[in-house]
Amino acid sequence: MASVVFVETNGNRHEVETDQNESLMQIAIDNGVPGIDGDCGGACACGTCHVLIDDQWLKKMNPVNESEENMIEMAPDRSEQSRLACQIQLNESLDGIVVHLPEYQM
Amino acid sequence: MNVEMKLSSAQTVVPDPYSIDLKDIDVSDPRLLEQGVWESCFKRLRDEDPVHYVEDSPFGPFWSITRYEDVMYVDTHHQQFSSEPAIVIGDFDEEMPLDMFIAMDPPKHDVQRRAVQAVVAPANLAELERVIRDRVAEILDGLPRDTSFDWVENVSMELTARMLATLFGMPQEDRHKLIYWSDMATALEEMTGTIADAQERSEALTECAEYFAQLWARRAQEKAEGKARGFDLITLLQDNPDTADLIERPMEFLGNLLLLIVGGNDTTRNSITGGLYFLNQNPSEYEKLRNDHSLINNMVSEIIRFQTPLAHMRRLATEDVELNGKTIKKGDKVVMWYVSANRDERKIESPDSFLIDRKNARQHLSFGFGVHRCMGNRLAEMQLRILWEEILKRFDHIEVTAEPVRLRSNFVKGYLSMAVRIPAV
Repeated sequence: MASVVFVETNGNRHEVETDQNESLMQIAIDNGVPGIDGDCGGACACGTCHVLIDDQWLKKMNPVNESEENMIEMAPDRSEQSRLACQIQLNESLDGIVVHLPEYQM
Repeated sequence: MNVEMKLSSAQTVVPDPYSIDLKDIDVSDPRLLEQGVWESCFKRLRDEDPVHYVEDSPFGPFWSITRYEDVMYVDTHHQQFSSEPAIVIGDFDEEMPLDMFIAMDPPKHDVQRRAVQAVVAPANLAELERVIRDRVAEILDGLPRDTSFDWVENVSMELTARMLATLFGMPQEDRHKLIYWSDMATALEEMTGTIADAQERSEALTECAEYFAQLWARRAQEKAEGKARGFDLITLLQDNPDTADLIERPMEFLGNLLLLIVGGNDTTRNSITGGLYFLNQNPSEYEKLRNDHSLINNMVSEIIRFQTPLAHMRRLATEDVELNGKTIKKGDKVVMWYVSANRDERKIESPDSFLIDRKNARQHLSFGFGVHRCMGNRLAEMQLRILWEEILKRFDHIEVTAEPVRLRSNFVKGYLSMAVRIPAV
């Protein structure tokens, strides 16, 4: 069991308790969290599950690979905190993670 | 090469794909989309030969990729499948060899795309929403009642042209030039099978280049005079260090402008027409929409899937690649048929049904995937959404009164005209 907190730009928080061993994208979609489109279904091919992650959590994750980097590059509002939610697999070490949603998905 | 002869244009009816040898199925035939008979050809390929080689076509030898998962693979492996030198099936030795980022590989692609994408980025879109709504309202309020008129000319073209003129910072009275240049840019028999006059095309593109060079100069002068900067494309290009000198590279300047003109023109235009056509073909879906306007967003994705306004994108293999049991050789031409992948029953349930409340409607291939994914996707969706919001406020029904006339092309899946009638109040 792990918890994930999705935070919209307007401050709305969506806390999800889950034992799903899934990507953050899938968890958001399955739990009706708004703001993540996932147009390619999690294939790292569209960039519409862009999220922003604080440093303390970033260092606990698998690093960004080349294909994720390619897609993040295309987001006009990308930053050092940018990740694609489809590329982050939830596990116990990420219990309590805070995921910031961007204003728009491109 | 005498393309006209080889395309067998004189033969008017396309044979039933199940009546001929599998190896003779050539989906580059531009009459398939024109005659609306493409579905069964692609279905046979998806079922029997999903990675299909044609040795001899008017566009040379090429592979057809027709299933969703395989198209996804090709689209997301840009190192194995290059977008250079062109992204349409045919090659053409241009007098004006245009450079556009859709037909470039990373890293050059990334630099150029980044320079222009701000024009359709969310911050700009929020500004544009109000403008689009005003333009849509003007157009719809001017439509005649109880009389037949052409939806393509009066609505689809008109709306996309007004939008593009706004994006480019052009005077609105010049908007029809954009439609003409866009149509000319993709019309070349050697490239897409659309019958056109090469001389006329070349003159049109020259005129387009001159027009935008003047617009560039005007913006530069305004900048020098210290006038306030707008959010139009030319301004963005001039203010970005990577593209501030784009005008000195004329083929790149013209190429990227044409890319945005075509990208924002044919695609949205044909989805606007297609959407109304599909609702008329499926009265129960039209009824669902009337009863629940909150379906508009989902319907927009379904319209874009069902229309698939660009039927294909082509690549060149940069190495030997195994795909679905076939070996694609280095240097081979590979055509991803989005129009087929969007109807792949392996991925999409009841793919030949137009369902405005379809689950996962966003997971279509019309925008492509990977680094070349459509840059204007959000603008396109927004235009369609606003159009339908405003239509439903005004008209209970818009009736398609005759089958639309379709374009001959293997690239642009489009309509030349569609007669409609809005009942009197």
